[in-house]
Parts: sequence; C-alpha cells; structure tokens
Amino acid sequence: MDTRRLKDLIARKLMFMLCIGILSIVFLIAVGLYIRSLPILVRSGIRDILFSSLWRPTEGRFGLAAFVAGTVWVTTISMVIAIPLGIFTALYLSEYCHKRTRELVKPVIDVLAGISPVIYGFWGMVTIVPLVRDHIMPFCVGHFPFFPFLSDNYTGFCVLTAGIVLAVMVLPIIIAIAEEVLSGVPFSMREASLALGATKWQTVKGVVLKKARPGIFAAVILGLSRAFGETMAVLMVAGCAMHVIPRSLFDPAYPLPALIANTYGEMMSIPLYDAAVLLAALMLFLVTVLFNIVGWKILGRMEDEA
Amino acid sequence: MYYRTHISVKNLNVSYGSQKVLNDISIDIPDKKITAIIGPSGCGKTTLLKSFNRLLELQEGVSIKGQVLVDGEDINDPNVEVTHLRKKMGLLFQRPQVLPMSIYENVAYGPRLHGIKDRKALDDAVSHYLKEATLWDEVKDRLHKPASRLSIGQQQRLCLARGLAVEPEVILGDEPTSALDPISAERIERKLLDLKNRYTIVLVTHILRQARRLADYIIFLYMGNLVEHGPVEDFFENPKDPKARAYISGQFIESSDA
Repeated sequence: MDTRRLKDLIARKLMFMLCIGILSIVFLIAVGLYIRSLPILVRSGIRDILFSSLWRPTEGRFGLAAFVAGTVWVTTISMVIAIPLGIFTALYLSEYCHKRTRELVKPVIDVLAGISPVIYGFWGMVTIVPLVRDHIMPFCVGHFPFFPFLSDNYTGFCVLTAGIVLAVMVLPIIIAIAEEVLSGVPFSMREASLALGATKWQTVKGVVLKKARPGIFAAVILGLSRAFGETMAVLMVAGCAMHVIPRSLFDPAYPLPALIANTYGEMMSIPLYDAAVLLAALMLFLVTVLFNIVGWKILGRMEDEA
Repeated sequence: MYYRTHISVKNLNVSYGSQKVLNDISIDIPDKKITAIIGPSGCGKTTLLKSFNRLLELQEGVSIKGQVLVDGEDINDPNVEVTHLRKKMGLLFQRPQVLPMSIYENVAYGPRLHGIKDRKALDDAVSHYLKEATLWDEVKDRLHKPASRLSIGQQQRLCLARGLAVEPEVILGDEPTSALDPISAERIERKLLDLKNRYTIVLVTHILRQARRLADYIIFLYMGNLVEHGPVEDFFENPKDPKARAYISGQFIESSDA
C-alpha cells in the first residue's frame, strides 16, 4: 500500500475515533450521573423527590420540587420575553432593515451571545434588580393585587429579574439563528408572493415565516435549553431562597443549576447529599436532551410537510 | 397590422449600480396577444419583463428611469398602489416557485390576499383555476398535500393556476418552460395559446422556435438595446436589422462598432 492511501486511511480512522469519542462523552455523562444518583433513588423513589419541596439534608429529606418550580418559572418568563422579541428582531433584520444596518447589528449580536454569564449576572444585579425593586414591583403590586404579582419579597432578587436577565442572554442566540434561517428563504419565493399582489407583511407572514418555521423552532429550542441550564447569571439575581416554591413574579427562586453550583462539594459529609444533587444534574441533563430530541423530531416532520 | 396597446414603455433606462442594463427602451405591448421578448442571455429580457410589475425595484442597487404605462397609467406614479398593479400581472418564473403550503392553499393564496374569505368561493376558485391550468385531474384527490411534492411540470402548472386565480389582465412569463420536460413544456405552451384571447401575454424566451410557435409580436433585445420589434411573420421572414438576422439564423452577432 502506498503512503498516500495509508494517510487517507489513517485520517479517516482518526476522525472516526474522535467522533465516537465525543459521542461517548455524552453517553458517559448520562451513565455517570445515573450511577452516582442511584443511592437516593433507591432510598426515596423518584416521586418522593420530585413532588416534595422539603429540602432538609440533615434529616435526609431531599425534595427537589421547589428547585424544579424555580427553574420552570425562570425559564418560562425568559421565553415569554425572548421568543417574540427575538423573532421580531430577526424579522426586522432580515426583511426590513437596510443592508448596512444589518451588517452593523449582526456582529454586535454575536458579541452579545459570547459574553460571559457572570457579566450578565452582574449587569442584572446593578440594573434589573433595582428596576424591578423600585419600579416594576411597586407598580404591579399597586395596580394588580392578584396572582402572579403578589409577593412579600421586596428585594428585587426574584423570578422576574432572573427571567429578564435570562431573556437578554438567550435573545442573541434566537436572533442569530432565526435571522440566518429567515435570510435562507429564497428571494424568489418572496417574489412569487409579491408578484401576486401581496404586501410585504402578507408575504412575511404567509410565506417567509411559514417557510422558516422549522428553523425558527430550532432557534427557540436552542434558546430554551440555554435558558434551562444557565447557572451563573440566574444564581446571582434569582434570590436563591430555600424551601420556597415561587408563587409570584416577585418571589425568589432557586433553580436547579444554581442549587448544583452553590452546594455541590460543600456539604458532602451529609449522607446522600451528593446523590441528591447529582440527581438534579441528571434531570437537567435529561430534560435538555429531551428538548433537543423533541425539537429535531418536530423539525423533521415540519420539513417533510413544507 | 393594428394592435391595441396594453403596456406602453417610454424611454425606459435601467441600471444596476454602474452597469446599464436597459438603454432607452420604448415599446408598445399589444393587448390580448402573445408578445415574445427574445435575445441572447444578459440582454435585459427579464429586466424588461420585471419592470412591468415593479418587481424590478426589489433588486439591490437598481435605478429605473422612464415610464411604463399600463392601461395608460404610469405605474411608477406614487399614487399607484403597487399591490393593485401586481395583481393585474400574473408572473411565471423560470423555475416554478410553489409556496410552502398545500396545493389548495397555493391557489387560494392570491384570492385570500385580496380579501376573499368565503370558503365556498375559495373552493370554487381553486377547482376552477386548477382546471384552467389542466392540473385538476392530477391533484383533485390530494389538494391538501404539500405542493412541493408535485413534479416540476405540475408545479409550473400550479403556479399558472395560482397566477390566474388573482384574475390578472396580463400574464408575464420569464422563460416559463425552460426548466420543464418537453411534454410539460408543451402543455404550458398550449395553455398560453388558449389563454391569449383573454389575457395579454408577455413571454421572455431564448427558444426561437417557441417564440415562433406562440408569439404574435416579437421584441428583440441586444445588449440592453431594443434592436427590432414587429409582428412575428415580419420578424422571422424579413428581419431588417443585421443583428436580428444573425440571431435568427443562429450565427454570431457581429457587434456593429467592432
């Protein structure tokens, strides 16, 4: 065999091994988390852990419900803000704005996507926390004294603040991907619609968005999994109060990633503590994987239909 | 021979950036006839066609000077509603551009845009125009399936149905058969001949035989200039300009200033 073909063979095998290696990391993480969290699952059962909000490690009670609820609250709020903002911004960039504006804005968005979460957390502490504490919360509690605005947490470190900070973090991801997808809709398809006498908005709504829907969905899913797993920024502004299931936008929350980051490695002397925290990690992992699978499944089906 | 004018182009100059594409074109397009715009690639055929429904202005860096009158009205006048103008003009592209929706929705798209909501009226329009485009029998059992699953030839007929469904007065075709197989192309050609009693049709084509088969009137462009125009017999039997003569006979066109 001559060396050219040998090199070709080696290159192929090497890349194959690298690919397998990366795949197996995902697999190993899942297996590792499962094995390490098995003790608590054996002791308490998954239902006890998921549906109890009693977190008393010293008494051997490891209810994760409050943390799960915190994660759900924060993620939901961030999505409610980021999805419409992100899609409309992407639409503006791809459909309406001048080419030069787009070329100016897109790199800025990429920079936003790359900024370290700590900086977002810090920014949230110095701007969003006071904003929520001094303006949004007094206004809401004064004008809408009902769910989900009632709270006795007047610190500004709360679900809403975390949601806003997360939304800002997730926005660049959604905008960047959605803009890419929208720009990928062929110009001739817009032309076909416009040639029938459609207005710009009719074309965007009826054709461009329809064609881009799977991609926009993917953008949202990716944003969602980022928001779901985001740790640092949320930890800094969410309040992180124990034993509380948030019942209001202004209640503090203690999302799962924050729990893991805050406590893992600290209270390891307590029996089963690490198993409980790793179970939380396993849940995060599984849900993120699930999001992606469901996302791509729906994506695939939409593409078949389009 | 006397023709009633439907579209009248007056001193039209178009350039993309610094590149001039159409040079002082003045031409009348006859009403309820098939007019073919012919000429070698890059001579401005499509540009001229797209100036009729103002799709041209969507191109980046385009500058348009001169007038295009449709039914005597200057289409670039600020009072002209561009959506109304485009509704008057059905456009067939080189490659069929089906919209990302079902066959039914593709045809209903135009009527919906212009405010028809009644389900029955839409159903009627869809079946009527699909029949008009000779596609109905092939798709009547799968109207709600994605249009992208049709063959290219079927897609082009769907585009024809969609274009007709907005009840235009003019059909513009930008080499509408060039991506099709011969049988599909022939069906489109026959349909166009059939439609010319009711619509003004303007076709861009680079197939001379197609121009000869279909057209009543020929416009020959060369390098952005209107070189020759006239009734089809005159043009093919007795071309006056040497460039047109060369083009028809398949010879290289000698540039006059060379």
